[in-house]
Amino acid sequence: MLAFVLIAIVKVLVVFTAMLLIVAYMTLMERKVLGHMQVRFGPNRTGPFGLLQPIADGIKLFFKEDIIVPHANRLIYILAPSVMVITALVSFAVIPFGDSVTILGHKVDMVVADVNVGLLYLMAISSLGVYGLVMGGWASNNKYSLLGAIRSSAQMISYELSLGLSIIGVLMITGSLSTVKIVGAQSQVWFVVYQPLGFLIFLISAVAECSRTPFDLTECENELVAGYQTEYSSMKFALYYLAEYAHILVISSLAVTLFFGGWQGPFLPPLVWFLIKVFIFIFFFIWIRATFPRFRYDQLMKFGWKVLFPLSLLNIMITGIVMSVIG
Amino acid sequence: MNLVIPEINWSAIGPELTLSITAMVLLLLSVVASPTARRAIPYLSLLGIAFALLLCISLWGKSAYAFNRMVVLDNYALFFKIIFLITTALTVLMSIRYLKEQGYEHGEYYVLILFAAVGMMFMASAADLIIVFLGLETFSLAIYVLAGFFRAQPKSIESSLKYFLLGAFSTGFLLYGIALIYGATGTTNLKGIYEFVSKAPALTDPLLLIGMGLLIVGFGFKVASVPFHMWTPDVYEGAPTSITAFMSVGPKAAGFAAFLRVFLYALSPLQTDWIWILWVLAVLTMTLGNVVAIAQKNIKRMLAYSSIAHAGYILVAMVAADELGTASVLYYMLAYAFMNLGAFGVIILFGRKGEENVNISDYSGMAAKYPLLAAVMAIFMFSLAGIPPTAGFVGKFYIFSAAVKAGYIGLAIIGVLNSALSVYFYLRITVMMYMRSPEKEFAKLEPSPAMVIALIIAVFGTLQIGITPSHYLNLAKQSILALM
Amino acid sequence: MFETFLFVLLAVVTTIAAILVIVQRNPVASAIYLIITLFCLAGIYLLLSAPFIAVIQVLVYAGAIMVLFLFVIMLLNLEKEKKLIYRNRLQKVLGVFLGGVLLAQIGMIFSSVLLEGSKGKFPAEKVAALGNTEVVARLLFTDFLLPFEIVSVLLLVAIVGAIVLAKKQI
Repeated sequence: MLAFVLIAIVKVLVVFTAMLLIVAYMTLMERKVLGHMQVRFGPNRTGPFGLLQPIADGIKLFFKEDIIVPHANRLIYILAPSVMVITALVSFAVIPFGDSVTILGHKVDMVVADVNVGLLYLMAISSLGVYGLVMGGWASNNKYSLLGAIRSSAQMISYELSLGLSIIGVLMITGSLSTVKIVGAQSQVWFVVYQPLGFLIFLISAVAECSRTPFDLTECENELVAGYQTEYSSMKFALYYLAEYAHILVISSLAVTLFFGGWQGPFLPPLVWFLIKVFIFIFFFIWIRATFPRFRYDQLMKFGWKVLFPLSLLNIMITGIVMSVIG
Repeated sequence: MNLVIPEINWSAIGPELTLSITAMVLLLLSVVASPTARRAIPYLSLLGIAFALLLCISLWGKSAYAFNRMVVLDNYALFFKIIFLITTALTVLMSIRYLKEQGYEHGEYYVLILFAAVGMMFMASAADLIIVFLGLETFSLAIYVLAGFFRAQPKSIESSLKYFLLGAFSTGFLLYGIALIYGATGTTNLKGIYEFVSKAPALTDPLLLIGMGLLIVGFGFKVASVPFHMWTPDVYEGAPTSITAFMSVGPKAAGFAAFLRVFLYALSPLQTDWIWILWVLAVLTMTLGNVVAIAQKNIKRMLAYSSIAHAGYILVAMVAADELGTASVLYYMLAYAFMNLGAFGVIILFGRKGEENVNISDYSGMAAKYPLLAAVMAIFMFSLAGIPPTAGFVGKFYIFSAAVKAGYIGLAIIGVLNSALSVYFYLRITVMMYMRSPEKEFAKLEPSPAMVIALIIAVFGTLQIGITPSHYLNLAKQSILALM
Repeated sequence: MFETFLFVLLAVVTTIAAILVIVQRNPVASAIYLIITLFCLAGIYLLLSAPFIAVIQVLVYAGAIMVLFLFVIMLLNLEKEKKLIYRNRLQKVLGVFLGGVLLAQIGMIFSSVLLEGSKGKFPAEKVAALGNTEVVARLLFTDFLLPFEIVSVLLLVAIVGAIVLAKKQI
């Protein structure tokens, strides 16, 4: 019992720290990659190749003046960014990042919690992330913030549907919601081979769920200043920023887990494979940002409801038919 | 993992299936078809109803459980299904011209009516509390929307919203009751509940009792019995008249169908516990309905209170709870469907856009101008008041004699007194039509063929059931064998 | 022991949050307390070893329905309604009285008897062995096939109804 609790605590701490570290360096990666795609260097003054930049950014944000706008609803205004960060970080708990190993006679799974309803848990927690955004936008008492919040809640709900439906194909093949079992089932063939349409829908909805370009209407500068986070400054702003990147990390890991065999791969250790795959996805997210212009809002809604949603239903139907034909 | 899908008995849900498919096809038609083709929607829905009716008649006499004892096919369910189908068909016939006049000629109206009928039919054939709940929700949702179908009229929206809020509240009671009964008996299946309850007749489980009480609240709301009747007048007044007609008959019949099956079958061992509650409800419902109806000036409100009173009469029959009592519920429901729908049909025909003619005073002198229409209305009023040779008279006669037979003489006396009271306000309309001079110029009436057919059916039904009652009472007696 | 502690904690928070839902004047605050209530309920489901229901509770109620609630409340900007005070005193007093009576009755019932209804086909041990989601899915597609299909009709009615009532032009 004690060993179990101890292992759990250690796992949580390690994963938590690793996530924060990765997220910090994701910001640097984004700026560097964007820079090179736009034929410039990106940050390169703080430390070698700008490697100390995230730390400098952190210190800067920490010491900035923390402004709470006079007519804001204080409690909710303060609560909102933390809600967002917590949901983003906590949802990583069910992602397996390696095979189970034996340490001092105890079998340790390389996942914080392998629960029976893992995937649903992830969907549920990530669906709560909207609250951070909605509450922040409302509590700021600013029309741009409110508009951003309203846009985002509509967008999130619309794309969450197709996100959820796109992974049902995977569930039908494995017959389990446990993420560990889903990874285990991909030891021969990655599910992206069986579920190309499902993967495509997942990818598009995932970008929309993270509110990344071309779906970043919640904070599009030319219309809404900075959307829901217009009034936020200092650490609260940093928390929103952190949450956004943590969300990208979680979604990338989820994509790897569901469609690209998770930690499995030849020669290299599982954790390395996992990180390589995840970083390819993170690179992909940045690449999209550098490539595509933003959607118009009505296009976004139409696309979500009239294209992605029916397609994801079609995917489920095709999967079902093929499965019952093959047996 | 092997799945054993329970044996699927299509015939048990045949009528429901027919109507569902019809509704879905019509829903597609109302989106895809050209405006001219859309005019066929009401007639196509009538076709679906006719097909379902034929199916019901062909299934008569069969009895079977289906879908893992979720639904049951027996004469009791079929009798109620036939009532629902007649109600739906008459409503559709009466709506065609009315919707066109009011400018709301949308296919979705008929689709929702058909879905409401599907919900009611499931409620009648439910053999499990879950199906009771789902059927109730299906038809309630459809009717909430239909009540607000005249979207530009604030009264219609108000009626929809009121019905929705109170309906959702009452559904909460019903669901909580179901949950507590499940907690006490470990099953939601009516047969299972019956077996559990009959094994422990000395009632020791308070969970079961409180669950039963909550069920009475839930059903009481749907059948509009006092003190759960508050919504009725406002909702009936504001809703489109055709929908008022529909919901004064359909949900009431569906509510009683499930009410009877749950209480007279599943909870019958507890009869001594619930019968006095129903006794009080019956007295309150009859008395309040009739007394308040006297004071009404708006005919739709008057009929709303009259429908409350009729729920009271049916509760009297439920209290009697023997063979005649139960059969008379079915008989009365059938008679009530014809006479009440007919009365609302006349109101629809008599009104027009901008001049609804829903005040009782608007009817003064109508007989001089439209003798036939006035005669038809008079027949319905006589029947509602319970004057021979109409169906309403025989229905009340059966109900009160059942109450006397079962030993509830006091209840029967209160019922008869109430019935006498009700003659006043029903006959007032007849007096208005025949003995007063018109207050204003009547606009020209243009009855549509569909409306004429509907009224002819309603008049024929009211008289036929009243003149040869024994045939229909025998049918009702055949139907209730499943419950006894 | 630990489970009892968790249960009491969740129960207390649920009740307090539920009361706050109805006493708050600000609708946004009410909605947020409702979210807390639903969340704690999900925790209680977890304690009852029904993880599937717990997660669905969060996913559907907290994650989707309440977001829409908040969305609508924010769009409407209910300033006037906030000042709406219910003035009918008799009704208030009577309501509190009857509510108290009901509470006392329920309290009496629940404290007087050991509540153990008859058990169904799937007690907790069996569910744990088979997997919670699997049991729910299996029941849904076998024993409860017909209710499952009726729900689809019910939802279709709700969708058609919502569009009929709300769309600008039908």
